[in-house]
Amino acid sequence: MMPSEILKGLSVTFRSMFRKRNTVQYPEEKRPTSPRFHGRHQLNRYPDGLERCIGCELCAYACPADAIYVQGADNTPEARYSVGERYAAIYQINYNRCIFCGLCIEACPTRALTMTNEYELSSPTRQGLVYDKPDLLAAVPAGAKPPPHTDATDGPPAIARYGPQASVSQESVEPVWALLREQESRQADRELPADEGVAK
Amino acid sequence: MADKPTTVKITIDGQELEVPPGTLVIRAAEQLGTIVPRFCDHRLLAPLGACRQCLVEVAGQRKPLTACTTTVTDGMEVKTQVTSEVARAGQEGNLELLLINHPLDCPMCDKGGECPLQDQTLAHGPGETRFVETKRHYQKPIKISETVLLDRERCVLCARCTRFSSEIAGDPFIELFERGALEQVAIYEDEPYESHYSGNVVQICPVGALTSPSYRFQARPFDLSSADGVCNHCAAGCNLRIDARRGMVTRQLARDNDDVNEAWNCDRGRYGFAYAQSPNRVLIPHLSEDGKLRTASWSEALRRAADGIRAAKGKGVGVLVGGHLTDQDAYALQKLARVALGTNNVDARSWSEDEEGAAAAASVAGRGPEDGMPTYRDLEAARAVVVVDLDPHEESPILWLRLRKAAMRRGVPVVAVGSRPGRLAEFATVVATRPGGQAEALGRLGRGDGDAGKLLTEGDGEVIVLAGWRGGATGGLAAAARLAAALGGRFAWVPRRAGDRGALDAGARPGLLPGGRPVGDAAARGELAEAWGAELPDGPGLDGPAMVAAAAAGELGVLVLAGVDLHRDHGPRELAAQALERAFVIAVDHEVNDTTSQADVLLPGVVHAETEGTFTDWEGRVQATHRAVPVGGAAQEIWDLAAQLAARLGTDLGFAGPGLAAAELERFRKRPPGAAAVPEPAPPAVPEPAPPAVPEPAPPVHGAPTGRVAAGEDGGESLSTPPSSGAGEPENDGLELVTYPLLLDAASMLARAADLNRETPGAFVELHPDDAGRLGLADGASAEVDFGEERTARLPVRVAPTVAPGCAFVPANQPDLALGALLGPSPALRVKVTAVEEAAA
Repeated sequence: MMPSEILKGLSVTFRSMFRKRNTVQYPEEKRPTSPRFHGRHQLNRYPDGLERCIGCELCAYACPADAIYVQGADNTPEARYSVGERYAAIYQINYNRCIFCGLCIEACPTRALTMTNEYELSSPTRQGLVYDKPDLLAAVPAGAKPPPHTDATDGPPAIARYGPQASVSQESVEPVWALLREQESRQADRELPADEGVAK
Repeated sequence: MADKPTTVKITIDGQELEVPPGTLVIRAAEQLGTIVPRFCDHRLLAPLGACRQCLVEVAGQRKPLTACTTTVTDGMEVKTQVTSEVARAGQEGNLELLLINHPLDCPMCDKGGECPLQDQTLAHGPGETRFVETKRHYQKPIKISETVLLDRERCVLCARCTRFSSEIAGDPFIELFERGALEQVAIYEDEPYESHYSGNVVQICPVGALTSPSYRFQARPFDLSSADGVCNHCAAGCNLRIDARRGMVTRQLARDNDDVNEAWNCDRGRYGFAYAQSPNRVLIPHLSEDGKLRTASWSEALRRAADGIRAAKGKGVGVLVGGHLTDQDAYALQKLARVALGTNNVDARSWSEDEEGAAAAASVAGRGPEDGMPTYRDLEAARAVVVVDLDPHEESPILWLRLRKAAMRRGVPVVAVGSRPGRLAEFATVVATRPGGQAEALGRLGRGDGDAGKLLTEGDGEVIVLAGWRGGATGGLAAAARLAAALGGRFAWVPRRAGDRGALDAGARPGLLPGGRPVGDAAARGELAEAWGAELPDGPGLDGPAMVAAAAAGELGVLVLAGVDLHRDHGPRELAAQALERAFVIAVDHEVNDTTSQADVLLPGVVHAETEGTFTDWEGRVQATHRAVPVGGAAQEIWDLAAQLAARLGTDLGFAGPGLAAAELERFRKRPPGAAAVPEPAPPAVPEPAPPAVPEPAPPVHGAPTGRVAAGEDGGESLSTPPSSGAGEPENDGLELVTYPLLLDAASMLARAADLNRETPGAFVELHPDDAGRLGLADGASAEVDFGEERTARLPVRVAPTVAPGCAFVPANQPDLALGALLGPSPALRVKVTAVEEAAA
């Protein structure tokens, strides 16, 4: 073995010592994800606290991994969980199976289902990776009453019904779309690193 | 003029086609594989042209025509949406108009995913809406009956539901009201939409306007797995589609079969499936220990069953076969009895039949449509149809629909003979008789007496006689067979329960081997003995009621109850309790009830949606039903259980694998050629009057009275046969009791069918207006009904001409009065009905 070869090899080592380090001291230090990172799902609410989810099961149908189980049930005037007639009595996402493809949130007709950037999904048991509705629901907005609502005391839902007209009047949807539009434009402007590029 | 052409030539989208004259353009296009979009069109309903969706261009016409109302003419040139821009634009515009007021709540609509409006909007629609105004809104679903919810926003006014109700079912309580944009489906305020067929309007609704509460929000079409089934609720043999999700049946739909149920079924068949999830469902074997049931393993339970049989076999064994088992189950159980237990004590009947009645029923055993049994289609082509001792609207609803179609559309005269023809009276000539009077009435019909008699004896074509199970002991069944023979017509036995006909064919009768071979026929016995590799018993067996009576008297050591609720099917209750007490009882059932909780060994059997097998309908048509959900718990197929029990007794039934029982049954199901098991009917000109005291086919060897025997003692007079017109004033000391189960009753198979249970009428006593007037009873009044022997019930009164004069009808098995458990099966007695002063409240 020639000394020159040893020096050649060590030069790589010494060069690396003065480069910027990529190592992140996870879990003490957490790097922010990209804004559209596909993390844990969230079931959103309207400002009045009612659930957006209407239990339509389209997310379950769209899911290529069969990770979602929804069972619809009737809203009654005495116990109202969502606008319209139907709500999800059971909503489960099985993160043993989920591949975070995001087809479910594309299928959602009410934007009830979105994905957060939360990626710390681990559990010592498989059962622990089956997230139920309480695990997925967004926090109740400040000042709003958590469902079930009673129509007699809480009044009919602010968004009267589901449908195209409803979405026109849904101010609550606007910020979401605005945010999305903003992200889109930002993304177009921004020079993204190669590994974060999103195919358009 | 030349002969009427048998076909006309038309051109659709440039393709030439020959179709019979009168064909609708929409059907002709279907033959070419071109589906013109449609909502109101249904092949079994009259054309209406309500939705305007099926616009096609016809050469020479100024405007597009609706294909569903236009009949073909010779040389017609049609262009559908495939080749015509006019048709395409018309259809697209029409869809856009239909969608103007449609709420588009597809994600929460039960129809979403299988919705013709969705599908056709995708295929033929405009793609996007130009409608920005506010939509018309109605209150979201309104309940128009216990089984139907109406969402008027979604309705496209196709009138399928209203046409079904008026044309097919004859329940015109659902109608279109208002005009213009406010036109809507509704029901009359004072007339509830109570129909046995209401589920069909839900199924044929092309949008989600009509939905059923039991399926509401239970599933989406895309997460259902479907199996083809055959209904197990009555002997009509309706084809079903069983939809299941996560191992549970979520709904049942009628499956098209034009030979049987066309596209319809009844509400009981449609909604009666939830009993599989009943809290009383038994899923593991149980053994009786210290008077209580405890769970056990299969091997322990079967060992105890075999030990019990061996211990008590000397005193005799009886096998009772339930009415809802598949043909294979009945076959395996009778083979168990004859081969492993060495007895002919096997019966699927819970009612009494005299020798003549049994022979008449046996005459159809082992015969199907291909052997000359009359069929549904034959009813439409008959010269006349006689219905004896049968209320098809309650007992075989799809048969009623077909009879109605035959009468109303084809003009077939229907003659209803019996004590309560029910809704047959809407289109049939009724010959009202008291119980026991049918034989004489049928005799006079055979001679051509009266208008009804002339209908039968004059004209071309053949007469079909349908006889219900109720006449088995009162002469009606035998007389019906005689009438058919005398008129050169055909005879069919219409039992109540789905498994009754299959059990008859499979040999679950003390006197019959499979395929209607008589036990007394040494050659037939030899044939089966050779095939089964066992000596067959040749002694006479006991029928169902006799077995129960013998067990109660301590003269039968073992009772095997396969799907039989002794209390309800073989009352009176005291008799059943005594039989359960004294015999060693092996019960195979899907639920714990008064009977099975008293069994020594309780084995879990499968329910309908879990079984593979065949059911034989009243025509003798054998139809396969398939497994829709996995078998619950540790339950097993009943034919399999029979084989395992036989194996424990040291006999191999030869059913080691699935399909072997079925294959063996198919070998012996058919009546062998040349076997003349059909009894020679007595000359019809001198019909025997119904014998007052009916001879026992197998006399019970004890004193415990069956309901029928009790009649003679109880009423104190013989069942005389009054004039069948019923004109004779009945004696003042009572009315003759007519009882049978209505469609909606307290059956275990209706457990958890909440919608149907709410529609179940409850017990009542129905009287003819003449009798009601004489007794001072009005409709809705309250009456005390005295069944004798200190058995009374206070019941609401219904006054209706559907019951024969001199008779009182009380439904047999209602939640508030289990008459069968009170009186026993087929009771023939006189009851006293007296008015009760309503307490002023």
